[in-house]
Amino acid sequence: MDSWRRNKLAFAILALPPTAWLVIFFTVPLAIMWVYSFAERGPQGQIHLAVSFANYVRAVEWIHLGIIWKSIWIAAVTTLITFVVGFPLAMGIAFAPQRWKNPLLLLVILPFWTNLLIRTYAWIAVLRTRGFLNFGLEWVHEKTSALLALIGLPSVMGQFQPLELLYNQKAVVIGLVYVYLPFLVLPIYTTLEKLDKSYLEASLDLGAGQWRTLRSITMPLAMTGVISGCMLCFILSMGTFLTPELLGGTDSEMIGNLIARQFTSSRDRPFGSALSFLLLYTTFLILWVRASLAGRKGGPI
Amino acid sequence: MSLALARFQRRQRANPLDYGRKTWMRLTMGVGFFFLYFPIVSLIAFSFNDSKRNITWQGFTLRYYEKAYENSQLHDAFLNSLIVAGISTAVSTILGTMLGLALYRFRFPLQGPYEGMVHLPIVIPEICMAVAMVSFFAAVDMPLGLTTITVSHIAFSIPFVAVVIRARMSGFDASLEEVSYDLGASQWQTFWHITFAYMKPGIMAGALLAFTLSLDDFVITFFTSGPGSTTFPIKIYSMVRFSVTPEVNAASTVLIVLTLALTVTALLIQSRTQGK
Repeated sequence: MDSWRRNKLAFAILALPPTAWLVIFFTVPLAIMWVYSFAERGPQGQIHLAVSFANYVRAVEWIHLGIIWKSIWIAAVTTLITFVVGFPLAMGIAFAPQRWKNPLLLLVILPFWTNLLIRTYAWIAVLRTRGFLNFGLEWVHEKTSALLALIGLPSVMGQFQPLELLYNQKAVVIGLVYVYLPFLVLPIYTTLEKLDKSYLEASLDLGAGQWRTLRSITMPLAMTGVISGCMLCFILSMGTFLTPELLGGTDSEMIGNLIARQFTSSRDRPFGSALSFLLLYTTFLILWVRASLAGRKGGPI
Repeated sequence: MSLALARFQRRQRANPLDYGRKTWMRLTMGVGFFFLYFPIVSLIAFSFNDSKRNITWQGFTLRYYEKAYENSQLHDAFLNSLIVAGISTAVSTILGTMLGLALYRFRFPLQGPYEGMVHLPIVIPEICMAVAMVSFFAAVDMPLGLTTITVSHIAFSIPFVAVVIRARMSGFDASLEEVSYDLGASQWQTFWHITFAYMKPGIMAGALLAFTLSLDDFVITFFTSGPGSTTFPIKIYSMVRFSVTPEVNAASTVLIVLTLALTVTALLIQSRTQGK
């Protein structure tokens, strides 16, 4: 690496155009939104520039606080489930024979390269009342009833009622787990892969069972990856917009949808801007904690 | 006897850390992969299903691909997507390459905050960037349309290209440049024949990534698009809102295949040139 002073012309030619683009079309928009977050909304949705914290105060009003709290709750539940699904997956890949590792890893990342919208849409076909899941359940129900009739028991099962799986919070959580699973698997895999396996052998040799080894040796050693992956999954779920929009119902509006609504039907941009910055600050805070944790323990970022 | 011995030896060889051989591990992994693939595979499979109701298998057909192909709105949306992705890729690849090279090559004051700033589009929630762009275009009185979509796509693609270029350059042997200077080449000749030649696969991979990002983007496009600038994902979204039909599945499958092909090509380029 050279100091920029050694070749000022080359530095300027290389750095100025992309910087200019990003400043004009990214930093300035954010700055405008930041200014708007202190503005006041006119009766027709115009923006009156002002210096007031009213929009931020409104964000913590009861009705909005409920949505923020729900977003945190959904993100937390999503992270927990993603971890429960993702950890064994990461472990299975990390301990697989060498030649299987890359193909298996690719298999985890592959769905991640398909369009977010399509991946979410795919769940509608699975979860809706006439979807695959209800179809499968109905089949099981039918067979069980037939079996009961065969052995002469009266039909106690009744008529099959399709489950309402779509357009509620559960559907949102399922969709989020699906979309963000790779973000959790990869960091955990990276730490497990680097882990010194002789510790695990020692634990097993000294008489600890597989469970004990997993809890007392593998998990603590993989903690940096686990924390890193969970935090990533959490902030991504917090800031989601599309998943609740497609899979959620009236009870599952999250902060991203609330922001979007201020810019569309509610026409309250100052309030939307304030909400947007609250979400941004939260994201930065978590990313900062994550980066400093990773920096301290030398784990993956 | 020998059979028993062989079995014993095999058991001896089975490492207790060989979790891949354990039934419970195989089972959990199987469930995990089923969860990952069932929705997409069934979506693709049922785009070939000869039934409107889309739930039981009625036989193979390409009817819905024809229908999607003949859908003129879908056609226009696809064309719009290609225009946006094409321009966005061209501009963001050039700017992102410059940025990546500058970050690789130079030390300069305030580098930490600067890097934070240029990588911000990767980390901020998409919805925040989307509404910021809308506020900006409204403030400068720019009507929403293909231009505003393209401008936003370029902004979020630049840092991704820069990251790819920087990763490529991290394997570059800087002494090659010194050799070139020593042998009398000018600064420009050295850059063109040595540095740029080495960067090329990275640029290709970055361009493919930018193209895929633009083609796939929904949230930012949704907010920065105006009347008459519907892109392919936006069109699929409005069809999905309306109803679940095999035609949507067919259109989705086309997009899946396209992005996968582009990404795999990018990966192949990167891995093939890794060792050199």
